[in-house]
Amino acid sequence: MISHETVVYENSFSLEGRTFKNAGYVSRQVKTLLQRMKLSKEVVRRAAIVTYEAEINICSYAQRGKIILQVTPKQIIIEAIDEGQGIADIKLAMKEGYSTATEKIRHMGFGAGMGLSNIKNFSDFFHITSEVGKGTHLKMIIRI
Amino acid sequence: MTLREVQEILEAEVFFGHDQLGMEVKTAFGADLMSDVLAFAKAGSLLLTGLTNPQIVRTSDVLDIAAIIIVRGKRPLPETIRLAEELNIPILGTKYILFETVGRLYTKGIVGCIEKVSDKRDFS
Repeated sequence: MISHETVVYENSFSLEGRTFKNAGYVSRQVKTLLQRMKLSKEVVRRAAIVTYEAEINICSYAQRGKIILQVTPKQIIIEAIDEGQGIADIKLAMKEGYSTATEKIRHMGFGAGMGLSNIKNFSDFFHITSEVGKGTHLKMIIRI
Repeated sequence: MTLREVQEILEAEVFFGHDQLGMEVKTAFGADLMSDVLAFAKAGSLLLTGLTNPQIVRTSDVLDIAAIIIVRGKRPLPETIRLAEELNIPILGTKYILFETVGRLYTKGIVGCIEKVSDKRDFS
């Protein structure tokens, strides 16, 4: 018997950091997988947006990272775990407009300081923990 | 209006998507900040931007953007066109600056995908 908490699908995707070479590739895979599950367009779009934002952050700031996708009958759980510099002041990083982006990142059209607040806005649940010098862990939940 | 009408109004070059010029578009969002596009652009809208890198296609793909119009006479990078082909997102280019591009489309009936930024969560 499948309860509401049962993980019916799980997958993990590795990400290379400090390069935009494949930025967005994992989000596309996540979106394709969710589309195949016949979830609503809005839910799939939100999951793709938060995954993409997290992916861009890893490609921008971390050494490496991974995105873990879990689907239960009730929700989509996306975790982005990276090894990197971490965030010293999470409250400040959550502020719209605050960014530590380099020129290269800004040149790509990112680094406006919207990423984390965007993730929060598009998620039903969002939690972030970070350790300076170790890395950052994001958990996003989108209810189906 | 159709994407073909948009192309005619903007005297635009079609880099990819000749076979999709019949699609209907009603709304648009213009920005060079992909972070802002992710925050505010709505599904089915046109994206008007001066950026040319593959992230404009990735961002459009995530958001279900109908088509991309590159402004100011810039040309997409070869890898940007390749990605647009792979993800099947039409990509056009116009010599008009962003202000003129927006004005020309607006007077013909295309409106912003949102009018103002709202405080409420909106997932459309």
